[in-house]
Amino acid sequence: MVAWFGDMRIIKRTISGELSLLPLFLNNVKKEGTGDLEEAMGEFSKESCPSVKNILLLDSEGKRVAVKYFSDDWSSNASKLAFEKSVFTKTLKTNARSEAEITLFDGYIVVYKFVQDLHFFVTAGDDENELIIANVLQGFSDSVGLLLRGDVEKRTALENLDLILLCIDEIVDGGIILETDANTIAGKVATNAVDGSAPFSEQTISQALATAREHLARSLLK
Amino acid sequence: MAQPLVVKKDDDLDEEEYYSPFLGIEKGAVLQEARVFHDPQLDARRCCQVITKLLYLLNQGDTFTKVEATEVFFATTKLFQSKDAGLRRMVYLMIKELSPSADEVIIVTSSLMKDMNSKTDMYRANAIRVLCRIIDSTLLTQIERYLKQAIVDKNPVVASAALVSGIYLLQTSPEVVKRWSNEVQEAVQSRAALVQFHALALLHQIRQNDRLAVSKLVTSLTRGSVRSPLAQCLLIRYTSQVIRESSMNSQGGDRPFFDFLESCLRNKAEMVILEAARAITELNGVTSRELTPAITVLQLFLSSSKPVLRFAAVRTLNKVASTHPLAVTNCNIDMESLISDQNRSIATLAITTLLKTGNESSVDRLMKQMTNFMSDIADEFKIVVVEAIRSLCLKFPLKYRSLMNFLSNILREEGGFEYKKAIVDSIIILIRDIPDAKESGLFHLCEFIEDCEFTYLSTQILHFLGNEGPKTSDPSKYIRYIYNRVILENATVRASAVSTLAKFGALVDSLKPRIFVLLRRCLFDGDDEVRDRATLYLKLLGGEATVGETEKDVNEFLFGSFDIPLVNLETSLRNYEPSEAPFDISSVSLETKSQPLAEKKTTGKKPTGPASALSGPVPTVDASYEKLLSSIPEFAGFGKLFKSSAPVELTEAETEYSVNVVKHIYDGHVVLQYNCTNTIPEQLLEEVVVFVDASEADEFSEVATKSLRSLPYDSPGQTFVAFEKLEGVLATGKFSNILKFIVKEVDPSTGEADDDGVEDEYQLEDLEITSADYMLKVGVSNFRNAWESMDPESERVDEYGLGARESLAEAVSAVIGILGMQPCEGTDVVPSNSRSHTCLLSGVFIGNVKVLVRLSFGLSGPKEVAMKLAVRSDDPEISDKIHEIVANG
Repeated sequence: MVAWFGDMRIIKRTISGELSLLPLFLNNVKKEGTGDLEEAMGEFSKESCPSVKNILLLDSEGKRVAVKYFSDDWSSNASKLAFEKSVFTKTLKTNARSEAEITLFDGYIVVYKFVQDLHFFVTAGDDENELIIANVLQGFSDSVGLLLRGDVEKRTALENLDLILLCIDEIVDGGIILETDANTIAGKVATNAVDGSAPFSEQTISQALATAREHLARSLLK
Repeated sequence: MAQPLVVKKDDDLDEEEYYSPFLGIEKGAVLQEARVFHDPQLDARRCCQVITKLLYLLNQGDTFTKVEATEVFFATTKLFQSKDAGLRRMVYLMIKELSPSADEVIIVTSSLMKDMNSKTDMYRANAIRVLCRIIDSTLLTQIERYLKQAIVDKNPVVASAALVSGIYLLQTSPEVVKRWSNEVQEAVQSRAALVQFHALALLHQIRQNDRLAVSKLVTSLTRGSVRSPLAQCLLIRYTSQVIRESSMNSQGGDRPFFDFLESCLRNKAEMVILEAARAITELNGVTSRELTPAITVLQLFLSSSKPVLRFAAVRTLNKVASTHPLAVTNCNIDMESLISDQNRSIATLAITTLLKTGNESSVDRLMKQMTNFMSDIADEFKIVVVEAIRSLCLKFPLKYRSLMNFLSNILREEGGFEYKKAIVDSIIILIRDIPDAKESGLFHLCEFIEDCEFTYLSTQILHFLGNEGPKTSDPSKYIRYIYNRVILENATVRASAVSTLAKFGALVDSLKPRIFVLLRRCLFDGDDEVRDRATLYLKLLGGEATVGETEKDVNEFLFGSFDIPLVNLETSLRNYEPSEAPFDISSVSLETKSQPLAEKKTTGKKPTGPASALSGPVPTVDASYEKLLSSIPEFAGFGKLFKSSAPVELTEAETEYSVNVVKHIYDGHVVLQYNCTNTIPEQLLEEVVVFVDASEADEFSEVATKSLRSLPYDSPGQTFVAFEKLEGVLATGKFSNILKFIVKEVDPSTGEADDDGVEDEYQLEDLEITSADYMLKVGVSNFRNAWESMDPESERVDEYGLGARESLAEAVSAVIGILGMQPCEGTDVVPSNSRSHTCLLSGVFIGNVKVLVRLSFGLSGPKEVAMKLAVRSDDPEISDKIHEIVANG
């Protein structure tokens, strides 16, 4: 026996190369059906309050327009960027224009919607009620639509970045949902308009909605 | 509306060029611009633009140095002088982003406190949110009074701001927030939807450690004062928490609050319906009567036009399918239409649900639909599907042909490593568990390695081929594939191909001369490892060597598993000092330190549902045990090891000494292997032995003990006790164990032990040998065929009354436990609420007698279970014995 192992080099290679089968045999029975999707659906932590992990607004190239993270899951800017990149590429080919879409990956659920060249995302833990998160997304995208008076595209969004940032601030505070009604959110943000020259408050919500519809119609006719 | 930050360029120019108001923005320049904050005449719009630019920089991931942050912060505080509401909002935002340090906070507190008492609601709400984010607990007591007022403020925005801040502050200053209970309770009754939601969340968090209080809260609120959908979702969560906790204490009777959950299924808001449906499906031991209404609403969601709704429903149903496949079958038609859903997450979940609920007849149809589906989904989804197919195939072994074909087809398509690995793993498992699938499976694998870009997979397959290939009807046909590897692949693959060739040579005599020719060619390989292996194997197989003298040794060297943990081997080799004495590999400890931990993990993660109990034979005799035992001279004469049990813990977790035992069963002997671990760093144990009192097991007589010379801290060791029993007698009994040893004190700093030791002993828990220990779990792929091939003469049938049982499932698992046999075809899973059940078991009884058992259970009376037991085996006497076991069990 001793002599067989004289050449340890051989043994070492054998182990790393082939015997890795062994654990496979022992474990496979237990591992039945624990794919990413299913594993992610582990225990639902029912006691906790619904919470949002982040809100992202990216452009059509995946670059940041405005983002806000409420969770420590992403500790550095690099990990945030990596997350944004993978969310963006994973959802890029889907059609999330008429209805909000949803995906599950890395243990998060991401609800998203695209309007023109803007991509809206809301992320939550995988045990979250999807419809609550979808509600947040709806509040976010609709209120942005109201605030930008229907002109939802990257340029307008950047020109009115202050409104977008305030809007996110009014929707979620520290992960807890503050408000999801688009009219209320837009109302809260718009009362803070910087100067009196073009106050949003002068325009009623229904007028704003009308403008939004008009813009939408025009973009469809293009 | 805010003005654009940069004057607009010409429209047509914008369309072409990339345009951003922040183009070319630079931190240094913006920080310079921030000087306008100090102007005596503040220009609100200008300041606002600068803040937006600063926020833009932070948002893009830029960071300020400590000095820069402080500078910006102080400058920003100046802006409180401005009366402009919009600017004030941006100031709030800026302060939150900067998260100032404690000594800086003082500067703004007075301004913020002033805003907190302002007449403008917007100021009050935002000032509260900002202040609570940056404040510490000493300052908190100063503003506590205002916060309590704010909670019951008329304006819902202010109340919500205070409540949300309360949730945040609860983490840092719980004792303060807990004093607000009365105000929060009042806010729960608020008419504003979101105030109700925030108040309920805070109230629950305040009381979450007081079960009674939570229960009271739920009782009062479920009567219907909660209107906001979000608050209702919360209430559903809290209710199921209460249900979960109460069901642990009391049993029987109707589930409390179930009516409330059910009524929520009729709510207007979809999110509430979903929350309630999910809560119901996750109730402990949910019955199908309780499940039905929840499944019905989820089924409606499946055909919704909203992807999110479909996703939520299919995800929930997928989970239910693992535990209650029958409950979900009603949705199969809707589910099948989802296979072509645009959203691939939904499609994948639908497919795996169908695979879980599908029956034998639907397999072929499903496979057909899936072939199209697989081409356009991402790898991670494909892996989920492959795993679902694997478990389906184990469930319906007769369908292996179409499933195996499917796997081999997708193996040929494009895919990443993880995906291919999942397929290869699945094929290997199917080959192992379904003997009929072996030849075709091996052939698919051979095809795959002909064009495989992953070294790891090639070596894995070659290794497997070496073990299985020689045992097939025509081993020679694999040689071509293997030798192709030697010609075409990289060094690692070539080396393992050489090993595989050697295995064929060792097992198949007719191939030996040809293998020799091939191996000799490998002697001129460019890589030394390949040459070394070829040389070694040539010598081994040629019989001319001094190393492996007998054929048995050769086979053991080629096929024996390397059971020494690498970590232990590494430490032993490090400690080995070059000397006359050669390194002795048998001195390396076989125990892995982390084993108990790993075991705990797997049991913890294992789903409790029957999904985990899918068929698949447990490894029979563990080769490492066999090797270990045969190396001990005292036990060498016991013959062939029949079975080794799983380790049974004899101590509680986290005691001074942790001991578990493995029962090794031989025809005429039983060896108890005690794995001991010393968990006290200050002690060294010597002469460790287990004293076994077999007075309650009179059919056993002790014949040998092997003590453990020394047991240092945290380095596991084994001691053995061997018993003799009559061959063919089903001896059972109870053993009481005492661990005896000599304790020596160890100085933890030097690691040296005292010379003098004290004798001591330690009581262990009792151990039982039951009839199940004489049964090996060995599955059969086709129970019916196996049953019919057995001699009907050997069949023994009898009926038993099992008395009152908790449920049918419990009775089934109890009988399976008594017999210790392998359930076949997933029949150990009892569909909930069924009145009768048939369970098929197979196993090998000691003496290598094959046994098949058919159990028919039925409920007579409310909880009375009756059972019909039919046994067939190679030996009619054993059939009788099985009946004896059941009758005594």
